[in-house]
Amino acid sequence: MSSTTVVLSNARIERSPSHTATIYLKESKYEFLKNLRLRLYTASVLSFPLMFYVLFGLVLNAKEAIAGTAVPTYLIATYGTFGVMGASLFGTAAGLASDRGLGWLQVKRASPMPPFAYFIAKVVVSMIFSGIVVLALILLGVAFGGVRFPLGEMTKLVATLVVGSIPFSAMGLAIGYFAGPQSAPATINLIYLPMSFASGLWVPFMFLPKIVRQIALVLPPYHLSQLALGIVGAGKHESVATHWEVLIAFTMICLGVARIGFQRDQDKLYG
Amino acid sequence: MASIATFEPRPSATIATPTVASLESVTKNYGQIPALRAVNFDVHSGEVVALLGPNGAGKTTAVKLLLGLTQPNSGKARVFGGDPCNPVNRMRTGAMLQVGKVPETLRVREHIDLFSSYYRNPLPLAEVLSAAGLEKISDRKFGDLSGGQRQRVLFGLAICGNPDLLFLDEPTVGLDVESRRALWDEIRSLVDRGKTVLLTTHYLEEADALADRIAVINQGAIVAEGTPSEIKAKTSGKRIRCVTSFSLDALRRIPGVAEVREDRNAVEIHASQAEPVVRQLLNQDPTVSGLEVTSAGLEEAFLALTQDNSKIADQKN
Repeated sequence: MSSTTVVLSNARIERSPSHTATIYLKESKYEFLKNLRLRLYTASVLSFPLMFYVLFGLVLNAKEAIAGTAVPTYLIATYGTFGVMGASLFGTAAGLASDRGLGWLQVKRASPMPPFAYFIAKVVVSMIFSGIVVLALILLGVAFGGVRFPLGEMTKLVATLVVGSIPFSAMGLAIGYFAGPQSAPATINLIYLPMSFASGLWVPFMFLPKIVRQIALVLPPYHLSQLALGIVGAGKHESVATHWEVLIAFTMICLGVARIGFQRDQDKLYG
Repeated sequence: MASIATFEPRPSATIATPTVASLESVTKNYGQIPALRAVNFDVHSGEVVALLGPNGAGKTTAVKLLLGLTQPNSGKARVFGGDPCNPVNRMRTGAMLQVGKVPETLRVREHIDLFSSYYRNPLPLAEVLSAAGLEKISDRKFGDLSGGQRQRVLFGLAICGNPDLLFLDEPTVGLDVESRRALWDEIRSLVDRGKTVLLTTHYLEEADALADRIAVINQGAIVAEGTPSEIKAKTSGKRIRCVTSFSLDALRRIPGVAEVREDRNAVEIHASQAEPVVRQLLNQDPTVSGLEVTSAGLEEAFLALTQDNSKIADQKN
């Protein structure tokens, strides 16, 4: 057998569609519970964007406006993007790096688990936590910041940010395949914090230095935040299609990198 | 790879049951380092086979090849006559591997529920909990368990799919005596239900206590294979230890002595039978003291078998 054989391409297993669906559901359910009970995850992923929002959007600056949009509304879009990024990167990369590096993924691979169930669960759960962060921000804004959305606009904002978690989950899978179990969280922070800053998630985009604004054009959080800002009427009115195209291309590149890592793992032994 | 899930009955004089797992002249290297060197090895249906060897001997590599977690450089690893990666074969196998970290925030019951869902005919949860001794801790989170309890959970995950073939990689490593014996009982009860077990261990006592057949592995090669008693018979039967005024050469000339070693101020004598050697010692040396006679257990068999290799290597140098 050549080393190019991939587990995914093997013979079919007789499993009813409902059984397969049950596996995907359970995998996702337990992935969700696992992260929910992980204080490190909930603290960094849920608390930080909410704390920032309360401080900079509700306690300070609540009466100000950025480019004609009230600060509490504007910051839902940018901290929403920040929250989505954190939920997705930590939700995929940290667990994957640890499972890979410390043997747990081998136990799962030795079982008849459908290989995709593991990855899909991580992506789905990242989307769920992304949705929770965005809904919590909206709730805070509506309750304490005088934010008013038409229902259609709000739905569109939540849907955009939740779907927008996929590129960052893909990025997380790529990081998870190349980072060590201990270094993964630091690696994520090293990428995610500067990226958030340069994309205008902390300081409104127009206040960033020119050079940073030019760099931002190739950063996925910039494009997701512009989509979100566009919905609340504070975007730079660039083409929506361009933003999505950049995000899709970025997702493809990350999945390609993750696949290289996956292939590499097929013939590597740990410990 | 074309033949899938077909048994290949193996013509054998002594064992009539079919082969369920095999390594066929498998060589596996990690970079420049050989882990297995042209190893041939079979496991037959209903057997408990122990792969016995020191750390780094290639035991875990053999298991990972049979689980399809890594591929051989040459040769073939087969399970149920087919590719170990084939999900159809994975449905029929269970594995207990050495794991650095298991998700700690899930409860024991939840871990087993998830793994059971992968299989078509899993055991009922209550049965897994009782077989692995987890009833009292089923609601605990994995991170709150002791080392022995963690091993039992991994054992529960290995058996929950009701597999025909089980791979247990160092199942009792790090366990205290009591937990080890409890796990042995659980492994024996699996065998009573007709399961086939391949276990790896560097505990010689464990191989002796559980296995129908032992393969001793060292430096990537199987150096001996047989029943526990056959393995023991391959080395001299008794070990005699004493302080004596006999010179080492004189001791070596006593009939029946296979080997003599100096050990601090005492000597250690390996002999096929103890009595003639002891008789001569006591007759000719009134100063003999600290006399001890022990039977060469699996430990000696194992040491002798693995040292044979390194001795050959030493002589070459």
